[in-house]
Amino acid sequence: MVRSLHFPSKTPSVSRFLFYSFFKTLVGQQVTVELKNDLAITGVLISVDQFLNIKLDEIKVVDEARYPHMIPVKNCFIRGSVVRYVQLPAQAVDTALLQDAARREAQQPTTAQQGNVRVK
Amino acid sequence: MSELQPFIDHSVSVITADGRFIVGTLKGFDQTTNIILEKCHERVFSQTGTEVVPLGLYLIQGDNICIIGELDDIRDANLDLANLCADPIQAVKHSH
Repeated sequence: MVRSLHFPSKTPSVSRFLFYSFFKTLVGQQVTVELKNDLAITGVLISVDQFLNIKLDEIKVVDEARYPHMIPVKNCFIRGSVVRYVQLPAQAVDTALLQDAARREAQQPTTAQQGNVRVK
Repeated sequence: MSELQPFIDHSVSVITADGRFIVGTLKGFDQTTNIILEKCHERVFSQTGTEVVPLGLYLIQGDNICIIGELDDIRDANLDLANLCADPIQAVKHSH
């Protein structure tokens, strides 16, 4: 029997789960998402999922003169795999808490590996 | 993942990993963001105006998708595409 650990049963990959939870706390904030095609989009974070796909509302492309393509679009879905950076409002992030959580996760190497293991 | 559910049967604009801009009606999707677009066309942007190329029914593989935007039909209808000058969107550059 092949048992592949599928989200949300336990931790998928450690950092992804941690940052998934983290991004969920940022829902409602104004963020800027920079993509791997150099497009940067500012908008209100509506939701995020396990793949770190992002949904933004009231979007505005940062360099609108150069990229008028998205003018008729008001809300969008961004695939997590093409995100390069997410710029966050500093006051919305408790970095100390995030560091602690990251350390705690890092100290549990077994759970870290489980997520990607297929048990036969 | 049902983040795309509200876009079903709506006009959407899709930017693909290779920088193409495809507009159509979202008819279906799955958890890896594979999508089905009905009645779609491609908008080919250039500095001499935008060309519209009819495509038909498309299934786009999720890995090839960058952004799916919900089109505001009224604002979209008001666009003067033939005179909308812009550089094409760049392809995705993966750092790995």
